[in-house]
Amino acid sequence: MSQTDRLRGSAPGKRHNARTVAALTGNPGCTRRAVLDAAGVDKVRLAERIGFPGAFGQSRFALARGNAFEAMLKADDCALLRTTLGAYVGGYEDLGADEDDTLTVRNARTRAVLAAGAEGLLDHPLLTLDVAGQTVFLEPDLIAYQNGTQLQVVEIKSFAIIDGQADGAAVSAAAVQAAVYVLALRRLLGDDRVSHEVVLVCPENFSMQPVAVVIDVRKQLSTLRRQLSRLASVSSLIEALPAEVSFDDAQPVPSLLSSLDTLTARYAPECLSTCEMSVYCRHEATGRTEVLGRPVREALGGVETVDEVLALAAGTQSPRPEQAEAAALLRAAQRLRDEALGR
Amino acid sequence: MSTLVALARAQALAAGRAQPIATVRHLHVHDQPLVLIPLAMAGEANAPLAALVGDDPAAPRLLVVNQPRNRDERFAFFAGLAEVIVPYLDSFADATEAVPVDRGRDVRHRFVDAPQVWVPNPGGADFLRLLGRSTRFRRTDGDHPVPAAVPLLGQWLTFLASSAEVPGSALLVNAVQALGLHWVTGQSAAEDAHFGSLFAWITDGPAAARSAETGPVAGPATDPEFDNKVLAPLIASASPALVPELRALLMPTWDRMWRSIALLRDLPVGERVGSRWDSDRDAYSAYVAHLTEDGTPQPRRDGAVAAAARLQRLENAAARYAVQRAFDDPLVMAEHRLTGAAFGGVVTLAKADRIDDSGKRPVLRPRIMVATTETVRVEPGASLTSPSRPAQKAKVISVSPTVTGADVVLELSGGMGRKLVAEPGSVPAIGEQLLLTTLSEAYRPGAAFPDPADTPWTHGGPPLHHGDSAVE
Repeated sequence: MSQTDRLRGSAPGKRHNARTVAALTGNPGCTRRAVLDAAGVDKVRLAERIGFPGAFGQSRFALARGNAFEAMLKADDCALLRTTLGAYVGGYEDLGADEDDTLTVRNARTRAVLAAGAEGLLDHPLLTLDVAGQTVFLEPDLIAYQNGTQLQVVEIKSFAIIDGQADGAAVSAAAVQAAVYVLALRRLLGDDRVSHEVVLVCPENFSMQPVAVVIDVRKQLSTLRRQLSRLASVSSLIEALPAEVSFDDAQPVPSLLSSLDTLTARYAPECLSTCEMSVYCRHEATGRTEVLGRPVREALGGVETVDEVLALAAGTQSPRPEQAEAAALLRAAQRLRDEALGR
Repeated sequence: MSTLVALARAQALAAGRAQPIATVRHLHVHDQPLVLIPLAMAGEANAPLAALVGDDPAAPRLLVVNQPRNRDERFAFFAGLAEVIVPYLDSFADATEAVPVDRGRDVRHRFVDAPQVWVPNPGGADFLRLLGRSTRFRRTDGDHPVPAAVPLLGQWLTFLASSAEVPGSALLVNAVQALGLHWVTGQSAAEDAHFGSLFAWITDGPAAARSAETGPVAGPATDPEFDNKVLAPLIASASPALVPELRALLMPTWDRMWRSIALLRDLPVGERVGSRWDSDRDAYSAYVAHLTEDGTPQPRRDGAVAAAARLQRLENAAARYAVQRAFDDPLVMAEHRLTGAAFGGVVTLAKADRIDDSGKRPVLRPRIMVATTETVRVEPGASLTSPSRPAQKAKVISVSPTVTGADVVLELSGGMGRKLVAEPGSVPAIGEQLLLTTLSEAYRPGAAFPDPADTPWTHGGPPLHHGDSAVE
């Protein structure tokens, strides 16, 4: 039994997907998330067990619409998708069937088909990516479109593009996910075989008519590469953990909490929308300036706890040499606030 | 985020009570506002699910789309919404007042009041913008006619949403922003974006905010859990229980909206808020005139010239708003003092009758020296103003550091009367506490933009046709 299996316990492992890789690179300093993801721990379940559940569902209306849109595009040998992309030549192959035991088979098949490089559309290819010293399978949700000598990533999304504009958060999330796929494909086939321009297929305006938009993800790619290289090697982190650390579902809550304690988290309010453990981490960070958000923490001169901030501002604590500048600013701020509020 | 506001957040967290970041109200609060809480259908492109709307706290009107994918129901919903909103918006197009223009040579008329619509959050305002986009081009004749009020509603919503982009405008207000302008909580901005949580923090503290987090949403997005467990079965079975269910979901937000408005109304109003509301009344009057005269819907996208002009108006409004807030409120000015864009001090020397006769005519140019202990980040030659004498300019002659701070010598011009002797009180006297800042309320002239027909080729050339009123 490997270290990671021991950490996870008896439950089946959760696999990485583009979304989890994107979230991981969004907060590369967080050891807790890196280790839990590497071990494939079910974080939703874990957060529920320790009494800090988050809300991470997806509305079935949104799912239904997304599925309907995708089905519409792929009907009749992808007739509508082909029209939208202008991809009339070549075949269409779906490497779907999302079963655990077929992972390696699917991956091998994906490699073979992609290496052959025949023109056409390839749905649900199974890719691998090295994340923090581990090879992870990527839950695929894309179509690889072989167009001439280059492969292009096509992502079908159900948010609307209205008058050429779409929700900024949705587009940037889609771009980061697409960049994860581009990176995985490039690691497999080589940089020049995979285009840095990805195609987003979305409904246009208030209808279900699809429209294709090309997005350049070079920026996201370089961010991703840099963040991935910064991720500490998770294997060495896991090996350094004490033997009693485990996130097995069967463990009593106090020992789950003490296991979590051995993994340092780096909480930021952004975690609340991306990480299942965030409610617990927020609770743990009570009284620290990071719960107020990164801009606030920076404006406070990076001082770690709220008590320290207030003591420095009131002048009741003498600053350490590196805090001198921040302390002077805080004292001035305190004086100005008191003056304006007549205190 | 200024250090001053960040410190207030830290204080709020330590005290468990929201802290003020303004001493006056920076927002016009209407005596008779309209509150609108829209709810969207998840997954659809801006399809409405419900709206709670009205100008009487005791009588909210609930509009519901029972089958969100049914086109007729959707347009019946728009017509119902128009029935409530359009008469409210129209009701202010009544009494007018004359405003002198062109240096008193002419007058123009504007309405003495204007509407004010409140939504819970920026998402709500954005939802209205897209509702406006999806309805203002609809035809009332042809294949798929819609009720006549629907395109008119679309134009009004578009007007409101685009005025909300103007900093300091109060025609369409979102409660999250309005509250956040006056108080900070001990949680992050991400958590403050949840209207229920922000309101609970301000009124009842952190524990109430935590429980409001999992409570009913303020829209327009619904909670996925609610969608899956409550909404989906009700819609699938076309159950009559849908309406009371949605009412129960929206009512807590409705109450919080009115309580937020009351909370803000209680604050003393800032001096320059009235002048911004005047601009809002101008905008409203102009749009009423547009609807009666021409009535074409707003284009999907502005042309190059219109976009450039609009951008400049927004920039000017943003600058004006920032300066006015600082001049109205010592606590906002304190943020500028902290960064060195303003400083307070005591007048230590004053020569009120100094005459500069180096030019053709002698002019009154008093000089004063101000001793300050604060950071001074101005260079000689810079022009400063003081909120207590906004019409007077103070040119920096010299800045000399002292043991405790700096001595700043200033030469004054303007705001002292027309004679060679200053009006009493117009020159700061020795011993007076004075605040000086680089911020200026001076009028910013608009830039000259070419006629749309002369749009340079670098900006796409002249548009092919004016007023894109194409219909989907």
